Amino acid sequence: MSEFFTVSVLTATVASGIRLTTPFLLAALGETMGQRSGVLNLGVEGVMLLGAFGAYFTVLQTGSLWLGILVGIVVGMAMGLVTAVVSVTLKAEQGISGIGFYLFGLGMSDLLFQKLVGTPRPISSLPLLEIPLLGDIPMLGRMLFRHNLLVYAAFALVPILALVLARTTYGTKVRAVGENPAAADSLGVSVARVRYSTVILGNLLAGLAGAALAIELGIFQQNLTSGQGFIAIALVYFGAWRPVGVMAGSLLYGMVAATVLSWKSLGIIPRSASDLAAMAPAVITVIALVVVARRFRQPAELAKPYERGA
Amino acid sequence: MTGLRRRGRRRDLAGSLAPASAAAAALVIGAVMLWALGADPVEAYVALFGAAFGSVDGLAATAIKAVPLVLVGVGITIAFRANVLNIGGEGQIVIGALTATVTALALPDLPGLLLIPLVLLAGAAGGGLCGAVPGALKAYFNVNEILSTIMLNIVAVQIMNYLLRGPLLDTGQISGLSRVPQTERLSRQADLPILIGGTRLHAGVLVAVMAAVLVYVLLWRTTVGFRLRAVGLSREAARYAGMPVRRTITLALTLSGALSGLAGAVLVFGSESHRMVTDGSATGFTGAAGFNGIVAALFGALHPLWTILSSFVFGGLLVGGNAVQRAVQVPSALIVALNGMVVVFVVSTEFVRRRTRLRPESPEGALDTGLPPEPGGGAEPLSPRTQGGDG
Repeated sequence: MSEFFTVSVLTATVASGIRLTTPFLLAALGETMGQRSGVLNLGVEGVMLLGAFGAYFTVLQTGSLWLGILVGIVVGMAMGLVTAVVSVTLKAEQGISGIGFYLFGLGMSDLLFQKLVGTPRPISSLPLLEIPLLGDIPMLGRMLFRHNLLVYAAFALVPILALVLARTTYGTKVRAVGENPAAADSLGVSVARVRYSTVILGNLLAGLAGAALAIELGIFQQNLTSGQGFIAIALVYFGAWRPVGVMAGSLLYGMVAATVLSWKSLGIIPRSASDLAAMAPAVITVIALVVVARRFRQPAELAKPYERGA
Repeated sequence: MTGLRRRGRRRDLAGSLAPASAAAAALVIGAVMLWALGADPVEAYVALFGAAFGSVDGLAATAIKAVPLVLVGVGITIAFRANVLNIGGEGQIVIGALTATVTALALPDLPGLLLIPLVLLAGAAGGGLCGAVPGALKAYFNVNEILSTIMLNIVAVQIMNYLLRGPLLDTGQISGLSRVPQTERLSRQADLPILIGGTRLHAGVLVAVMAAVLVYVLLWRTTVGFRLRAVGLSREAARYAGMPVRRTITLALTLSGALSGLAGAVLVFGSESHRMVTDGSATGFTGAAGFNGIVAALFGALHPLWTILSSFVFGGLLVGGNAVQRAVQVPSALIVALNGMVVVFVVSTEFVRRRTRLRPESPEGALDTGLPPEPGGGAEPLSPRTQGGDG
């Protein structure tokens, strides 16, 4: 136990926790936007998988990481458009259509991988960007300011989205459409247009999250995300539909996961119990949900399609 | 009452056309995907249907694949009818399989006549518990069931990996080098009996059909079933009518979980190796039956008996997927992607929306259950006559 509390191990654990947090923070922030406008997107996991494969395949073919990230984003947006058509225009039951998108992403990414790549080949990873001055702070510098650009981008999105939701006209429209679409509609806000925008943005971030994951790991394989998209959805509830809360939940999850990994490699957790310890993040989130769920209310119109005059 | 019954039948008949048209659409989508991947769709489909339905062995394999889909699917139907979603099928299957496995390991000498019902019950109990937790959390603590079932899926996989790599690991494996995470071969007494000699068709098929019939009777011929459906159509109205809404919601997810758990037990004791094996993921053990069961239930128009038929078709797709891979070199992951598209397609159509959404859109739909058409507005207590007649 004592060797965990050395400077180098602690810094490495926190840094790896932040890295692990990034993909589901991105996905969870996207899901937050959708849910605030009243759309539940359960297909995040599938979109992440497609984004991850798109990015991985592009990097493999072109060698350009930026092009890979761009493809991840575009794949996410395309899936977002389809999701919006199904959820908003066709008014499908979102709890199920999301499972459909998940299965589609799961199968399609695997199918394309087997057909186009076959055997897994590693791709290079994004360079670490050390922020000048801040990166030189002892301990904190290594923990917080030596990461790749996507990590910074994910965390920078937190205050940005919080401000957008709280202070801009667009954010007000998003919240209005999620709480009382009929009232928003009567004031001339296009419910459908707002929901399309949030769903496309949400899926864009899910695609980016997949790309971030594939590039971080430098590999693609069947079911690469292994449930991270579903965890991201849970974190939205955990964070009570607020970007800062979502970040807190994501960090809790990431840090617990990183600590478990670190304790495993240090032998603090015996090998035989390592699978049991891997449950910790999920169990902690469930318990937290029970506590949180009683205090916060979800967007009133979550997962309910809007019908004028209904 | 007879008038109401007849109307109900007509609606079920209309419902039976939906799976057929959705299946046709699925085949067209699949053909386009095959064509896009540079494969001959006709050749692929001939291989698919030949493998799945063209021989006795194929039919037996299809039926075996259909069993977990039927069990999960009718469970999903119960949940849906009570207007709760159960996305936790994967976890419930895994936990049910584990409790059944532990039971068989604990009672190696029990004769099959006792052991088989016991392990099936153990599986149902494990899965039921795994459904009762999110059910109670939803009913009493307002925790979203989609969320809690998803999280329990993750927890269940870790429990499985821990048990199969540790306490339940085959003792023969510990000395060997390979250490495949699996249990020892379970008691032969617990093997599900083979129904037709020479094939693998086992008694799990009978379990699935019986379960589907029982769920049908439960939902449409008992008071409990009436409550489940009433709560599904309008919680407010059901509460106003004095029904125990919270207990009913918990029950819906418990039953749904129990049926998935039963599927887990059948997967273990009907498997060729007669042991529980993991590759570290839930899908590795379940074959994604927890999700595909949702597809089967939707295709079965959320009706237990139609779910048997749709599960058989989907079982055939799963069996045929491997044949497609051999015949036209398109990976069988195609079937998973296709299932996903079909789900999206089905829920996007008017039909399922009307059945799964809270508000019945036509007064005729509401008449079926004797509930007022608009929950929320102007809800009136159910007349005792309607309640008695249906229950």
